[in-house]
Amino acid sequence: MSNAVSTARKPAVRAARSKGDPGHSGQRNATLAWLTVPALFFFLTFAVVPLAGVLILSFASWDGIGAIGSAGLGNWFSVLADPGLYNALGLTFLIMIASWLVQTPISLLLGVFTAGSQRYRAALAVLYFLPLLLSSAAVAIAFKALLDPNFGLATGLGLPFLAQDWLGVPHLALGLVIFVIAWQFVPFHTLIYQGGVRQIPRSLYEAAEIDGAGTIKQFFHITLPQLKYTIITSSTLMVVGSLTYFDLIFVLTGGGPGNSTRILALDMYLRGFRANLMGPASVIAVILVLIGLALALFLQRLGGKDKQGSQLEGM
Amino acid sequence: MKQSQTSRRSFLALAALTPFAAMTATACGTSGPGTSSSGGGASMWYLSGEPNQTTMQKAVDAFTSANPDDKIAVTYFQNDAYKTKIKTAIGAGQAPTIIYGWGGGTLKTYAEANQVDDLTGWFDENPDLKEKFFPASFGAATVNGKIYALPNQYVAPIVLFYNKELFEKAGAQPPKTWDDVMSLVKTFNDMGVAPFSLGGQSRWTSMMWLEYLLDRIGGAEVFTAIFEGKPDSWMDPAVIETGTKIQELVSADGFIKGFSSIAADSNADQALLFTGKAAMMLHGSWTYGAMKKGGQNFVQDGKLGFVQFPTVAGGKGDPKNGVGNPAQYMSISSKATDAEKETAKKFFKDGILTETVIDTYINSGSVPIVNGIEDKLNTSEDKDFLNFVYDLAKNAPNFQQSWDQALSPTAAEALLNNIDQLFLKSITPQQFAENMNATLGK
Repeated sequence: MSNAVSTARKPAVRAARSKGDPGHSGQRNATLAWLTVPALFFFLTFAVVPLAGVLILSFASWDGIGAIGSAGLGNWFSVLADPGLYNALGLTFLIMIASWLVQTPISLLLGVFTAGSQRYRAALAVLYFLPLLLSSAAVAIAFKALLDPNFGLATGLGLPFLAQDWLGVPHLALGLVIFVIAWQFVPFHTLIYQGGVRQIPRSLYEAAEIDGAGTIKQFFHITLPQLKYTIITSSTLMVVGSLTYFDLIFVLTGGGPGNSTRILALDMYLRGFRANLMGPASVIAVILVLIGLALALFLQRLGGKDKQGSQLEGM
Repeated sequence: MKQSQTSRRSFLALAALTPFAAMTATACGTSGPGTSSSGGGASMWYLSGEPNQTTMQKAVDAFTSANPDDKIAVTYFQNDAYKTKIKTAIGAGQAPTIIYGWGGGTLKTYAEANQVDDLTGWFDENPDLKEKFFPASFGAATVNGKIYALPNQYVAPIVLFYNKELFEKAGAQPPKTWDDVMSLVKTFNDMGVAPFSLGGQSRWTSMMWLEYLLDRIGGAEVFTAIFEGKPDSWMDPAVIETGTKIQELVSADGFIKGFSSIAADSNADQALLFTGKAAMMLHGSWTYGAMKKGGQNFVQDGKLGFVQFPTVAGGKGDPKNGVGNPAQYMSISSKATDAEKETAKKFFKDGILTETVIDTYINSGSVPIVNGIEDKLNTSEDKDFLNFVYDLAKNAPNFQQSWDQALSPTAAEALLNNIDQLFLKSITPQQFAENMNATLGK
């Protein structure tokens, strides 16, 4: 999530720069250009160079230990012909869509709720925030222990309906993964929506009240439209972030039972580091990059052509 | 317009970074205590978990206090995590001086990539050391006729454990044949007790069933052919019969409900046996020590029973055959400095399997792989179990190394994945054989 958070800050920087005087001397622009050097350096070293490495490896045969040999297009043919790839792709998109459908309404409502100024709401906001402080591995280990069919929560509290084979039945395991991801990431998106709601001018609501709009009407006609870009930002982070769900699923199910939670990122890891097939794993890494690019561009388009226009026209 | 370009670029950056972050995040587990560069010191990675960790730490401490110039820095890792970590570390040239492992196919990939030193000459110079160990323990340490690892620790056959208390209650006898197994499944299910405990999420636990069944049905030759990569060796009818028997057992509710969500690393499978929730468990002999330590006096009160895996009617395999780990192994990284290698060899010779270590293993319920320990075994409080394991290992006409260690890492990963699906009944025995057949030679 860390890179997602840092990119989320970028629009703010951009906005600040655009406010600068356009007619100012070129010297200032040159100074500003120098300021991008550290960021560029990190981007090149940690993104572009390894990316090129992965692209090269996707045409190589390498077990991760011995010498690297050439495989030509062999890796690509074998991966693209492997039904495992399409299973992983399907699961990745299924988890992506389900995560969005589950997380967006919950975090939107919680964000609106916690944006209120009452004390108890602030206290609850702190509680909601807690899961974000835990590492994915810790969350996964905790849920695994709680859901153990023989020694877990169900036996401890005497709740027989909880005594399902949560991680052992394919569709239950998949549902559980979606639930745990939501449990972990809803707080983050709640925070984004909370900030978004607090930026909406009070005067809009005051005007609506004078016109006789109730809470529900205010939500649908003021809050929701005003949150348009917040929703796009949050959705982008959710959708692109779902490509990287790895640690949680790896610890929780390891891709099992069978292949029922083996998403693309996990498939890449298991092929590369368990089966010692670095070439095919690199092919999947390249596919992940392409999907990520396509998704980000698509979501950016959703914002519409007037995305730079203000939503506070006339305020 | 300029702005929209910037924003697109930042999204491109985001998109390019994110999938990559997964690749690097998965790879970044490799950084760790690398090869120590100071002369006269060696580094070693070892498995955490008792009683192994304490035993090794004591052995290292004793060695370093006797040889103050030779320091050995040990780092401990969990079993499943270690298996991935060590491979990545070796590939990145960050391996410790002493590489711990299970020999077989993984050791072969190291040896063929010249990552571990050939120890044949060193063993020839130290014949006493070579003769100290069970001869059978060198099999999995040998690649193309050369020895690449020092056998150590204990022999660990897979044993059928059972809960004596539950068997008395049911008035039943431990199974001698596969038909006994199937009728016991019914007996215990009627009693409301799970017949077999299984930590199926770990997958190698389920594999132990296949290893024994295939041996009993088709004999040791079937897997030997697979190991040698003979064409269509996975398509042997014995493989398909093995798969069919497994699925019959799963369908008859032979394994505890929810077995595929139980992981062996948590020892929940052992807990099911000693808390009386399951009547039997097929597991490595090392679980005896773990149950003795964590099993609430279950072992001490004599409630733990153990027998050899049952026979299968019409099967070709010798009922005395065993499967499991013939030993654990330690190799020396070829990337280490000469001083580090010297320290490691000195430790191999004087530090590992000393009298104290041998006694510790025996006291914790394991059979160390050294010759001439019969007297010690006979005077131990666990002598019944220790002699059982010793005889099983010694008298087995064929002692098959665990498949996931014997095969190459690529084939082993495919095997574990297909076994998981076989137990879930999401593939047929025929599909299992076909999927595995496609991995031959990989």
